[in-house]
Amino acid sequence: MPTLTPAARNSHLLGINGLSANTINSILDKAARGPSADKPLAQKVVVNLFFENSTRTRTSFEISAFKLGADVVNISTRDSSIAKGETLLDTALTLNAYKPAVLIVRHPNSGAVDLLAQKVNCSTINAGDGQHEHPTQALLDALTIQQSFGTLRGLKVALCGDVLHSRVARSNYHLLDTMGAEVRLVGPDTLLPSAAAMPNAQRHLRLEDGLKNIDVVMMLRLQVERMKGNYFPSVREYYHFWGLTPDRLRVASKGALVLHPGPMNRGVEIGSEVADDIKRSAIVRQLENGIAVRCACLEMVTGSFTPEQ
Amino acid sequence: MTVAVPKTAKRSAWTNARLVCPATGMDRPGAVIVEDGVIADIGDITPGENIQTYDCNNLILTPGFFDLRVRAGEPGEPEKEDISSAARAAASGGITSLALMPDTSPVIDDAGGLAFVSNRARQERSAKIYAWASITRGANGKELSDIGLLDEVGAIGFTDGDSPVADTRLLARAMRYGRAFGVLFSGRPEDVSLAGGGVMNGGDLSGAMGLPGVPPMAELIGLERDLRLVEMTGARFHVAQVSTARAVEALRLAKSRGLSVTADTAPQYFLKTEREVEGYRTFARLTPPLRSESDRAAVEAAVIDGTIDAVTSAHTPQDQESKRVPFSEARPGMVGLETLFSLSWSLVADGGMGMSALLGCLGCRPAAILGQVKSLERGRAADFALLDVESRWVIDSGEFRSRSRNTLFDGEEVTGRVVRTWVDGRVVYKIN
Repeated sequence: MPTLTPAARNSHLLGINGLSANTINSILDKAARGPSADKPLAQKVVVNLFFENSTRTRTSFEISAFKLGADVVNISTRDSSIAKGETLLDTALTLNAYKPAVLIVRHPNSGAVDLLAQKVNCSTINAGDGQHEHPTQALLDALTIQQSFGTLRGLKVALCGDVLHSRVARSNYHLLDTMGAEVRLVGPDTLLPSAAAMPNAQRHLRLEDGLKNIDVVMMLRLQVERMKGNYFPSVREYYHFWGLTPDRLRVASKGALVLHPGPMNRGVEIGSEVADDIKRSAIVRQLENGIAVRCACLEMVTGSFTPEQ
Repeated sequence: MTVAVPKTAKRSAWTNARLVCPATGMDRPGAVIVEDGVIADIGDITPGENIQTYDCNNLILTPGFFDLRVRAGEPGEPEKEDISSAARAAASGGITSLALMPDTSPVIDDAGGLAFVSNRARQERSAKIYAWASITRGANGKELSDIGLLDEVGAIGFTDGDSPVADTRLLARAMRYGRAFGVLFSGRPEDVSLAGGGVMNGGDLSGAMGLPGVPPMAELIGLERDLRLVEMTGARFHVAQVSTARAVEALRLAKSRGLSVTADTAPQYFLKTEREVEGYRTFARLTPPLRSESDRAAVEAAVIDGTIDAVTSAHTPQDQESKRVPFSEARPGMVGLETLFSLSWSLVADGGMGMSALLGCLGCRPAAILGQVKSLERGRAADFALLDVESRWVIDSGEFRSRSRNTLFDGEEVTGRVVRTWVDGRVVYKIN
């Protein structure tokens, strides 16, 4: 199934996998230019439907929609009929009755946003589905990297930590690979997906190997709950071998950039010295770019901006 | 007032020996010159003047043995054995290097525990001591130990000792996780739920004696699982204490398929059978249990043909309180450091095994499993055993240097004896 369907009545952004380099480039260019000033989403309803807790992504979409003039409705699943046992498809039917222009969905199950997109009469943006994709995060990461390096082509980028369970990593892999970057996966073997899942990426089990001459380090959030699944023995050991510290960054290329999708676990996957180092850390800039990218995506799915194919 | 004396190299020569080194294939008469604990020269050499020279009387001089599987009661039960008494017992068995099991009290599952054992080991000069660490915390099979940190402070490998890791997913995760550090895992193959708390071999005899048995099939099922996990994860794995014909067959097949695994057993499994348990003799309560005659014969054949890589002592000291109880309540295990060579030599004396092959099973092959070297080459440590393979003698547990005497072989006549042992060129054992 194509992840972007501009020919259909509704266009969706469900994932990065399947987008061409041209499309990605035009979304990034649009994001860099900034949102259209003429409030293209005025009189339109944007629904934030979050089946998982989120502060930054939901707020980022909300602000983006406001900037474009939309009316925004937030539905969190705890205080809705979904909590009373309504099925996903019944929810879709209910939402159709309200005639929103865009539905922004986060769901704990991989593939759930695709399913919903097939059943609603509006455009859908995937704000993260299970361990599958989180396309706007990958786009904002790409914009952040582009601002520093001018291009993605030929850059060495390491996705570090819990790659296996990360939708951010999957979207980023597809984007970086499509744009000609060299992707490395770095983490214990228990937290890396099988080689075929990200076929063009190099795998490194030790951080000191994976960071050699690296241009961009993307730290992934480690869910401490994973410890119960015995993916690794202890936070102490994890930080000792895979925590990002100034010392570990010494083998990286000069001026290497550090990204983190947030929320950070300081002292688990990233040390404060790195997270707070304004010369290296692009973590605050990632948040700013989130708004620009999400405005571009909202304009794209509603037709006020048409990317190249 | 002390006067600084210039340090002179300590040299000694051991002449008139039969030099046998399975690692290099050497088997020839000759001499070895030791300088500062290291082999300075070896072969057809004549030591010069001003060097202390000893005659080996044509006895076999071979690299000291490497015992993969030794329990000391330290920490936890020093009255049964401490690291010092274990090292002395090892020396009298020609064992110059040994690896301590982690299932002590407390279990060696973190860097602090390992540091304790390493510090104790460094004080011992009778043997070189290495330490295994546990795969899971408390060897309880539930949560991973700090495998990376333990590797960093020198754990030689990872095993939960006699307890197999029952949770298959957990063991698979451990194996995959361990790849970041290239560590070695080892386990005794057994399906824990099928073994179900048995205290002897499961079969007709256990039925007749009214004791719960461990079916031989439990070893095969456990081994098949472990081998498939190795296939799946690419981990380095060593199979400990093979005791059944079926497991031998599975191991042979896995090796012929090219799976990179190694295996060990202990002399009791190729010398004794479940009949030892008759009379509810608690010294015969072992983990794994002694098996049937066909199992015994298969294990013997597997050592002889090389399917089983190493013979270990599985030294497990128990005091009288642990053995003078009803059979089911007795603690398992037997001591073996001091009898490892003499019992194993029966494979050469009676079983037709080549001398070099057997010495390899006791020395260079177990060493290689742990990434160590035992060989008679210039520059290697002067760790030797001098063997009199004609000597017939009677095992007398009363003369053991070990603090415990729980052996099945007390009073048995054996052929082949360690008469002298060196560690780093120092004589650490000399027969009376």
